[in-house]
Amino acid sequence: MFSFNEIKKSLAASVWLMFLTFPILVIRVNTVENVVEWRWKNMVYAGAAAFIISFLANFLVKRKEAGNKNEKDKGNKETLFISQRLLNDKRFFFPALVVVTIFILSFPFLFSMYQTSIMSTALIYVMLGLGLNIVIGLAGLLDLGYVAFYAVGAYSYALLNHHFGITFWVALPIGGVLGAIFGIILGYPVLRLRGDYLAIVTLGFGEIIRLVLENWNAFSFGPSGISNIPRPDLFGIDLSLQANINFIYYILIGLVIFTIFVVNRLQNSRIGRAWIALREDEIACQAMGIDKAKTKLMAFALGATWAGMGGVVFAAKTTFINPASFTIWESVMILCIVVLGGMGSVIGVIVGAMVLILLPEYLRAFSEYRMLIFGTMLVTMMVFRPGGIIPDIRKKYTFEEKDK
Amino acid sequence: MKPILEVNQLTKFFGGLKALDKLDLDIREGEIVALIGPNGAGKTTFFNCITGIYTPTEGDVVISPPNKKTMRINGMKPNLVTKNGLARTFQNIRLFPNMTVLENVMIGRHSRLSSGIAGAVFRPKSTRREEENLINDSYEILKKIELAQFVNELAMNLPYGAQRRLEIARAMATEPFLLLLDEPAAGMNPMETKRLDDLIVKIRDTENISILLIEHDMKLVMSLSDRIFVMDYGKKIAQGTPDEIKSNPAVIKAYLGEETDA
Repeated sequence: MFSFNEIKKSLAASVWLMFLTFPILVIRVNTVENVVEWRWKNMVYAGAAAFIISFLANFLVKRKEAGNKNEKDKGNKETLFISQRLLNDKRFFFPALVVVTIFILSFPFLFSMYQTSIMSTALIYVMLGLGLNIVIGLAGLLDLGYVAFYAVGAYSYALLNHHFGITFWVALPIGGVLGAIFGIILGYPVLRLRGDYLAIVTLGFGEIIRLVLENWNAFSFGPSGISNIPRPDLFGIDLSLQANINFIYYILIGLVIFTIFVVNRLQNSRIGRAWIALREDEIACQAMGIDKAKTKLMAFALGATWAGMGGVVFAAKTTFINPASFTIWESVMILCIVVLGGMGSVIGVIVGAMVLILLPEYLRAFSEYRMLIFGTMLVTMMVFRPGGIIPDIRKKYTFEEKDK
Repeated sequence: MKPILEVNQLTKFFGGLKALDKLDLDIREGEIVALIGPNGAGKTTFFNCITGIYTPTEGDVVISPPNKKTMRINGMKPNLVTKNGLARTFQNIRLFPNMTVLENVMIGRHSRLSSGIAGAVFRPKSTRREEENLINDSYEILKKIELAQFVNELAMNLPYGAQRRLEIARAMATEPFLLLLDEPAAGMNPMETKRLDDLIVKIRDTENISILLIEHDMKLVMSLSDRIFVMDYGKKIAQGTPDEIKSNPAVIKAYLGEETDA
């Protein structure tokens, strides 16, 4: 399996790296004692690490190529990943569903307040990811200004509460509707654009919203933000801090389930198919009788609705918002969730959000290397699983042949 | 009888380039009409002008669908043209590669259905029935085009000939009265071409759909067509039955060049 050739290749890579890093890793001029130190140990480390990494990469690439060949031998049969096979297997699916449900419901009682709070943050991102998934994963519109709608939701609750004392439960749908309206406002001028051009314009839109919030002091209180936003109440009863964090957690679970339900139903509906057709081929899509403008606007509006609602919950959860929470970095993060998880796939997006939001929290010990790990992970993913962690699969239909 | 498609003096400029020059064309119900001409003659531009992908510079495109009133369709958006009963295929295959064969056909039905977001989310009885009919109708179309065995395959995994036929199936799902085929036999082997020949005749006879096709395969054109229009440099240079076209000097000149006495 491991041919001599591969070992030779990795060996060459390791020698080459040792040579390249020799001046910085081995030689050190000690200016205190005026001697040159030769740190041969470092060279050995670098060489060994390079050898292992190169060998591993070669091995994985080989295996991937072999896999591709196998796939072709089987005559274009779709190969399903283990995760997808498990999901399709009813014997596994239902017990798993029960276990997961019990775990989710008892989470706040099993873990600390801190853990519950982190989990709530992750759930907000699940919602945002699923919303963006409609725009990017289904309709194929690369939207880099998604965080703008998140900001619209958050500020709509904060400002409406500040000026009119509107409560969380009233603000939630208002945030969603305002998000949708802003989605259409953005969607309308970019109807003709696609691909890179669309990405640039949406990026600009996201920045416009952030800059307006930052500079229009009379309206949004500028960079100092809005504080003392009330947490959600339970039928008018104010809860303790602990109870409230748990309550937000349950609200988010409810919202996420609602989102999954809606997205799932949309995916295999007339509208959902039109979105996917739009993603696949815009001209053919129009020639098949689909109204491009209407379909695109619907995708923008619906995607933005979830961001708006997510924003309202975010404002209620943190009780303080300022424009710094809505930078381009957030948009990129949500985009990564969708791409990493698997475009168009609901479960993929959930897994993606959990990985990308929870991992940095638990890797605080390595916080200096966080971006490094993050980057490596994304690159590796794109090479070995370009479809995402759990790629989308299209629905299959079965037909009974009556007349044969 | 009134022609179902009537094109009058259709002209299209791309900047200074005259791609179509005062073109006239008509198709009567139940006809198979071929549009031929050398490469770059403007045939595909003509299709794009009729189906709304381009807006013609001048001229009229008028349709009179059977049992419906006459209307002028130039400048109409492509999706409305399709809704009014003109369906087309593309020269370079334009399927939805990551959707299944069945879903490709289901997309064709889009303009004939009405369920929206609310319908998709709440799934009332009407939507469920609509969806069920849609799936069954689409499957029936696939059976007619002999693609039923691929029903759950992704479109991109289909063999070339089957992809061509799927384009026709998808166009038929839009319930057209006139089908515009842009080089349906391009890249096909003789056996596949023969199969296509039979299929086109079958569509005309059993579905009552008239057909306008662009094609370079002369054998196919001559055996299929009731009438032929010949274009060169954006102009119509001849029209008539296959036999008339075969012996038309202008056509021979366009295809083979002029004979010179040397």
